[in-house]
Amino acid sequence: MSTHRVKIYAGFERLWHWLQALFIITLMITGFEIHGSYTLFGYENAVRIHNIVAWAFIVLIVFAIFWHVTTSAWRQYMPTGERSIITQGRYYAFGIFKGDEHPYRKTELSKLNPLQKMTYLGFKILIVPVMVSTGLLYVFYNSWESSWPGGLAWVAIIHAFGAFFLVIFLIVHVYMTSTGETPLSNVSAMVTGYEDIEDAPEEEPATV
Amino acid sequence: MTSRGRSTQRVLILLALVAAVLFVVAAGAVGQTETVAQEEEPVLISEQPVPESAERSEPTADHSKFEVLQGPFATGPDLTTACLSCHTEAAKQVQGTTHWTWDNHYGEGVGKTTQINNFCIGIQSNEPRCTSCHTGYGWTDNSYDFTVEENVDCVSCHDTTGTYKKFPTAAGHPAYEPTDFGGNTWNPPDLAMIAQNVGKTSNETCGACHFNGGGGAGVKHGDLNPDLLTASKDLDVHMSADGAGMVCSDCHEGNNHQINGSSVYMSPSDDSGVDLPLDDGDQATCQSCHGTQPMDSDKLNEHTDKVACQTCHIPTLARGETYTKTWWDWSTAGEFAPDGAKITTKDENGNVDYTTIKGNFEWDRDFVPDYVWFNGIVDVTIAGDPVVLNDNGVMELNAYSGSYDDEHSRIYPVKAFRGIQPIDEGNNTVALPHLFGKDDAAYWKSFDWNTAIAAGMTVAGSPYESNTSVPYSGEVGWMETVFYEPATHMVAPSGDAVECQSCHSRDGVLASLGGFYLPGRDGGALDWLMWGLVALTLIVVIVHGVMRVVGSNRRSS
Repeated sequence: MSTHRVKIYAGFERLWHWLQALFIITLMITGFEIHGSYTLFGYENAVRIHNIVAWAFIVLIVFAIFWHVTTSAWRQYMPTGERSIITQGRYYAFGIFKGDEHPYRKTELSKLNPLQKMTYLGFKILIVPVMVSTGLLYVFYNSWESSWPGGLAWVAIIHAFGAFFLVIFLIVHVYMTSTGETPLSNVSAMVTGYEDIEDAPEEEPATV
Repeated sequence: MTSRGRSTQRVLILLALVAAVLFVVAAGAVGQTETVAQEEEPVLISEQPVPESAERSEPTADHSKFEVLQGPFATGPDLTTACLSCHTEAAKQVQGTTHWTWDNHYGEGVGKTTQINNFCIGIQSNEPRCTSCHTGYGWTDNSYDFTVEENVDCVSCHDTTGTYKKFPTAAGHPAYEPTDFGGNTWNPPDLAMIAQNVGKTSNETCGACHFNGGGGAGVKHGDLNPDLLTASKDLDVHMSADGAGMVCSDCHEGNNHQINGSSVYMSPSDDSGVDLPLDDGDQATCQSCHGTQPMDSDKLNEHTDKVACQTCHIPTLARGETYTKTWWDWSTAGEFAPDGAKITTKDENGNVDYTTIKGNFEWDRDFVPDYVWFNGIVDVTIAGDPVVLNDNGVMELNAYSGSYDDEHSRIYPVKAFRGIQPIDEGNNTVALPHLFGKDDAAYWKSFDWNTAIAAGMTVAGSPYESNTSVPYSGEVGWMETVFYEPATHMVAPSGDAVECQSCHSRDGVLASLGGFYLPGRDGGALDWLMWGLVALTLIVVIVHGVMRVVGSNRRSS
């Protein structure tokens, strides 16, 4: 089967992805120190780094929203129906061990498989907004806590809860990069922007 | 290159620029906030220069030129009579202050006069010993007349020679003839010379009592002891010569002999901030000079709604040479050597840890205080009050009020002085023993708690003036107690303030202070579950990966 080299990820998309990765990992490392899980930078430095990176992340999110809207890239994340998600799930649970083909081909117009669409949409419309809003409430708690005594505990616990899900996301996400054509082809695509994609299947030769 | 490629390149360059700007801003913010941790000049709202000691105002009278002060003076009251011949209202003023009445609830008889602590327990029946720190003469028992003007001791506060010393057991009088006490001979001071050299109060005059509370250097207070007379800047930024060079009365100022600042009823916060004359009547707070938002960091300033200045800026108590007493077990008193002699033993640091007359002691220095919620309201204990034990089985003799939800409360550092002291077991009430005296009922004479408590209770009670006695069952018991001494002196340089993680950590100094969510300390209850999910994810991913490799090997073979 022949392939052709296609640009999958735009420049901004890659920059956004890797900055986001850097920010989230930094926020994780400092965040869990603030949570009390370990001592690394010292609490004061951890808070300082966490706050600065969080603000940088918010700036990045604003750029990313602008990019998604203006390029219509948001369409990539539109759900494709229950059946397709089950098909993709079944592939990861069974087919992948037997060397089956990926059920959905990556194309320039549809670069995310149904499970990715669902996961990333959840990340964008649930996890990130929850983390940003609880994070802002956490930073500015002095201005509202008098009207909601004890509210900080909820804000902090939800924020930490989200952080644990991000750790889980990160583990699975990094692992899943290895499920491309070759173990490094997905990572390489996110670095270079290009990936070798199968040509659209030609007509099957008639069987005898 | 195609036009599409060029435009992508332009976008990339633009975005790289944006990212660069973002990082520069972030780095700048890091650099800016880092200065908070560095030591810097104290932030005073007033830009007026702090006067050097030499620039303090000079008196307009030379007291050595006054005929009435030429002496000789036989007694302290004789000297006071001479003072009052010019300062006609001074004694009346002093008699209206807690330095004279030892009564913090004016007219209610609650204060040093009647309050129970766990040092020498109570003043009543023990006056001549305790009142050696009274700004007066002759308070020997509960019949003391608080209106006699010549009994006001002017020179205990206004001596500038350093030679005036009140004898430890003479009810506020100095020695009038050479007298032995505690292995030393106390010679009578030259009252005429002292009178001719009177002046302003000093760290030495205030410290004569306040540095030696409890009967010796630093015994009672962890933040007030004679180390302050020669303080380094590390020990006390305000009182050290190389710090602000301040004296007690710079903060504890006042008019008409009424001094600001009370250790019994104190302010954990001061929302009125920097004080102008005739402002809020409380010019001894940190905020009186530093304002309510004195720090460079907004986040630190935001802490002031719940944390007192002292909590961060007094990292440890008794940071100098002098130890402070932390434990006193009266129940072990009364042991004698085989030859019948009284016993005195010392610990490895040279501090007395047992005496026959007082029982066991423990001492400490440079230690982290206890922290409590405090709104300025203290519930004191007097003789005859019911024994009320807290959850730890300890009676708080001066329970501090306060909680997170109370806007007037702050987290406040205290020296929690603990000990074991007698109770009236039959009535389950707080006992006041008669310790000091030449009579047979005094514990230090008889070593019989029963007669000592019986004698103490007959003159104990409140209000002091009405001589009500307190019932006593005749049965002696013991209880563990704690008495809180607020920490507010020995403020460290800003660079030595406690680190954030001292409180913001799982087992930090606020580990046991409840009622609120503290980041870094709390919120870890379900962490085991969440880390478990993380571990499970890792396992699933590893197993999945191994199965893929196995599957692919099988296919290729």
